[in-house]
Amino acid sequence: MSVVSRKEYIGVPRDRVENFNGNQLVYVGWDNHLLFASAFLLFVSPETVFRDMVQNNVIPLIGADPDAEKIDWDSVTWLKGNQPWTPNWDETLAANGIGHKMLLRFKTPSLNSICG
Amino acid sequence: MDTPVNKKKLSLKEKYSYLTRDLAWEPSYQKKEDLFPYATYEGIKVHDWEKWEDPFRLTMDAYWKYQAEKERKFYAIIDAFAQNNGHLKITDARYLSALKIFLQAISPGEYAAHKGFARAGREFPGVGPQVACQMQAIDEIRHAQTQIHAMSNYNKFYSGFHAFADQRDRIWYTSVARSFFDDAMSAGPFEFMIAIGFSFEYVLTNLLFVPFMSGAAYNGDMSTVTFGFSAQSDEARHMTLGLECIKFMLEQDPANVEIVQKWIDKWFWRGFRVLGLVSTMMDYMLPKRVMSWREAWDIYGEENGGALFNDLARYGIRPPKGWKDAGEAVDHMSHQFMLALYQWNFGTAFHSWIPSDEDMDWLSKKYPDTFDKYYRPRWEHIKKMDEAGTPFNNFGLAKLCQTCQLPTVFSEPGDPSSLCHRETEYKGETYQFCSDHCCDIFKEEPEKFIQAWLPMPALFQAPLNGDLEAWMEWACLENGSDNGDFKGSHDQVSFQKWREMTTSN
Repeated sequence: MSVVSRKEYIGVPRDRVENFNGNQLVYVGWDNHLLFASAFLLFVSPETVFRDMVQNNVIPLIGADPDAEKIDWDSVTWLKGNQPWTPNWDETLAANGIGHKMLLRFKTPSLNSICG
Repeated sequence: MDTPVNKKKLSLKEKYSYLTRDLAWEPSYQKKEDLFPYATYEGIKVHDWEKWEDPFRLTMDAYWKYQAEKERKFYAIIDAFAQNNGHLKITDARYLSALKIFLQAISPGEYAAHKGFARAGREFPGVGPQVACQMQAIDEIRHAQTQIHAMSNYNKFYSGFHAFADQRDRIWYTSVARSFFDDAMSAGPFEFMIAIGFSFEYVLTNLLFVPFMSGAAYNGDMSTVTFGFSAQSDEARHMTLGLECIKFMLEQDPANVEIVQKWIDKWFWRGFRVLGLVSTMMDYMLPKRVMSWREAWDIYGEENGGALFNDLARYGIRPPKGWKDAGEAVDHMSHQFMLALYQWNFGTAFHSWIPSDEDMDWLSKKYPDTFDKYYRPRWEHIKKMDEAGTPFNNFGLAKLCQTCQLPTVFSEPGDPSSLCHRETEYKGETYQFCSDHCCDIFKEEPEKFIQAWLPMPALFQAPLNGDLEAWMEWACLENGSDNGDFKGSHDQVSFQKWREMTTSN
């Protein structure tokens, strides 16, 4: 049963991608770096190149953690939807299969200054 | 002249029976199921409404008399409070943050409960619960009113009190409480009773009101204490009603047990998430503390709740599914949530601050296994940034949980250094959650929860389209006075100045 109701009942999702004027939401979290209380909510175009998203949307948000400047982005490992995953840095989010409201996590195992 | 008739005064028992059970009637020209269309669709089977035992023998006339008496006392004290500069008698203006959260998130919940009980009183076919629910509906609206009146005096002097009703609907940290009540009110009458009557009033209310009212007393806030006393006798009645209702359902049909258990699992966890707000008040916001959140949980959660579920075991009810995870989370949640409130304090209609060294020592004493290991280093780093003139704000807005609507700030059970991420797909859409339990609640009724209005995704849709300033205006958040660090705030400066004026020339 998808809802307890007296008759057939179909809900309308409130946060459908059509409501975001051609953009979408992407969540990005930095594993084990809990100075940032939650994964970040990014508001980006599906045509954004992955590298640009990291450069323009992620890096400006993580500077408060001293580990940020030590990240070697080539050795970072990623999860998409909590499963191991490898991004194509020069493709768009759409081509990388990063849909609306999906969660990406990145891991930097050797770095843990504050939340070790 | 009429012949005088000796009117026999009714005995209490007769009066009670005339004014409650005797108000019912059997419909003659309408079918019962047309009169009470919401009574069966949830699957709860009731064979005999007469078996309902009224949990308290109170008639409307007696109720009216008691409540009027309490109101008179309450408003006399509120007047005295206003006339005697009660707003300067609190321990420190930091205390007001706890009060503001309460007013923005919890008091509107009383109003929502009023609406819910009025509806449940109409929808239950039995006269016993009808009368009991109607009385509770009146209690709840009285509580909303007295709380608002009790705190209104502070609104004349301090920031953050002026738009609680809009902020209840629009601000992000209040949506955990708003969605809790919306969820309950859009359920059927039986689930509503488990949600509010049982889970909220019985299992969780002590954790909410006892620490909050003691906090008010410890910190010199007589108006809130007075409200607390005025509501106390009502709360006892509400707890009894919640318990009676659950026992009635369990005794009416063995098939009800499974449904009730599912609701207990759901509503315990939803309530526990609402209590996240209370945990930050207790551990971080009271200048003079009452007890830690952990200590409150041990007494009012673990001990009282444990006893309750032992009592219900004979019906085949077990403790809620999230009980163990909750017990573990209690050592972490106030720190995780407070760090979040602090880093997003540009978007809160109350002030937060970096705990002092003394505060941190108290926290590490109260949380010997977790504070120094996980949370002190974060606060120390934030303090260092503040001292360097680059205070920490997190401008990456948060991923919210589709069910409880809180930012997903809680850690993985068994691993406090990892955030808990849960995700599911429904009809091609992706949904995010803070925990297994919130994810499970969604999966039970996805068609309901996909409609959730989540404050952060809403900010990026029309008409706000991601404009933070426009959002503040819409949320009635006055930038530079309602929000931000306590240090240097109007509240801090005014309180200090006015206190000095009362003690020196």
